[in-house]
Amino acid sequence: MNEVIVIIGRLSESFMLNCKLFILTLLFALPLGMLIAFGSMSRFRPLKWLMRTFVWIIRGTPLMLQLIIIFYGPGLLNMSFSWPSGNSGRFVAATVAFIINYACYFSEIYRGGIESIPVGQYEAGQVLGMTKRQIFFNVTLLQVVKRIVPPIGNEVITLVKDTSLARIIANKEIIMMAGEYSNKGLIWPLFATGIYFLVFVGLLTILLNWVEKKLSYFRV
Amino acid sequence: MAILEVKGIEKSFGSAKILKSIDFSLEKGEVMAIIGPSGSGKTTLLRCLNFLEKPDKGSISVNNEVIFDAMDPLTQRESEVRKKRLHFGLVFQNFNLFPQYTVLKNVTLAAELLAKERPDYKQEKKAILKEIQERGKMLLSQVGLSDKLDCYPHMISGGQQQRVAIARALALDPDILCFDEPTSALDPELTGEVLKVIKNLAERNTTMIIVTHEMDFARDVADRVIFMDDGVIVEQGSPQDVFGDPKEERTKQFLARYKKD
Repeated sequence: MNEVIVIIGRLSESFMLNCKLFILTLLFALPLGMLIAFGSMSRFRPLKWLMRTFVWIIRGTPLMLQLIIIFYGPGLLNMSFSWPSGNSGRFVAATVAFIINYACYFSEIYRGGIESIPVGQYEAGQVLGMTKRQIFFNVTLLQVVKRIVPPIGNEVITLVKDTSLARIIANKEIIMMAGEYSNKGLIWPLFATGIYFLVFVGLLTILLNWVEKKLSYFRV
Repeated sequence: MAILEVKGIEKSFGSAKILKSIDFSLEKGEVMAIIGPSGSGKTTLLRCLNFLEKPDKGSISVNNEVIFDAMDPLTQRESEVRKKRLHFGLVFQNFNLFPQYTVLKNVTLAAELLAKERPDYKQEKKAILKEIQERGKMLLSQVGLSDKLDCYPHMISGGQQQRVAIARALALDPDILCFDEPTSALDPELTGEVLKVIKNLAERNTTMIIVTHEMDFARDVADRVIFMDDGVIVEQGSPQDVFGDPKEERTKQFLARYKKD
């Protein structure tokens, strides 16, 4: 019995790493995605193609590969830059990889949302003498938000589970921790990790439904 | 004195020449109907007047002030254009109401944003906003929608939405109100209520340009009718002349098709 409590404690502790990675990724990838989206819609062609190529590469290769390249790449290429040693370096590298990867996915969702707003909405704002800025913030933004909440929600839920990929560069996240027990022949902690993810995703789903409901007072 | 003077407007999209030298003028308080087959350039002409398209050639003057001249880039600066737009109001075929705002907010939004540029905005904020609200309510009662102020666009009918759009276009008190086929997206039952509102505005001497396929309405409400085809003004005159005694063969053909329907 005592052992069960100890294991649950260690699983919970390692799940904190998943949570931290999740929160930091969202915190930086959501705004960064917006910048990439504006870049990929830019009328300045070189910037537009640079951004679209970048998004293509990031979305076209496995996140697992990106984690490995970002963590080991600087060392393998004898770059002067290197990640901090020890666990913090592994964690920072994982966070950077996740932010870049998810920002690209978010940027495509933003772009789709912005481009789906009928041109008549912009024109209605223009003929009423609004500036481009006013049209974006007062007319289109909330319509975009309403349209992108469901696809962003999907990505966010995927992100919860993707955080366990951080183990590939030896971040001690919850599944890696459980794996250490299963290697010793104790299987149940591995199954228990599923409960952590289920509860987390369950709470997120409630939050996302609430946001969707908040925005249901109008139709786009 | 003409409130609006349009000279030599030309517009091409790629190799397609949509407007081929359009000239006309409009007196204050006059209602002008533009009729003609689809693709004749009617909508493009309205869009040029509202700076949604930039004419390749020609000039537009309002109250004797040149507000657009294709030869003069100074008249085309973005900051200038924004102010000059306010000479015109435009009612779209598809209403284009802002879905996330109430009916009243749709009407007042632009005025509220514009008021922020006033030097006395900070001190007088409350009074200014109240005035804008009152004006919005007045305009909505004018189009018969006093009971819908707090509705969102999806909660009201197409005809009601178009009436909101008319009130919205009037909110900034434009010199010339333009309509781009205002009833084309409406079923016949709802068309009448919108036309009634426009007729009401005509009786109040609102200067208007109406692109329409409603021939009876054009005859009824317009002081002058322009028939356009293939990017040119084929014929213009009083409704009696254009509908009753068209001079041009092309006009006769076009009107004959409508009479058959």
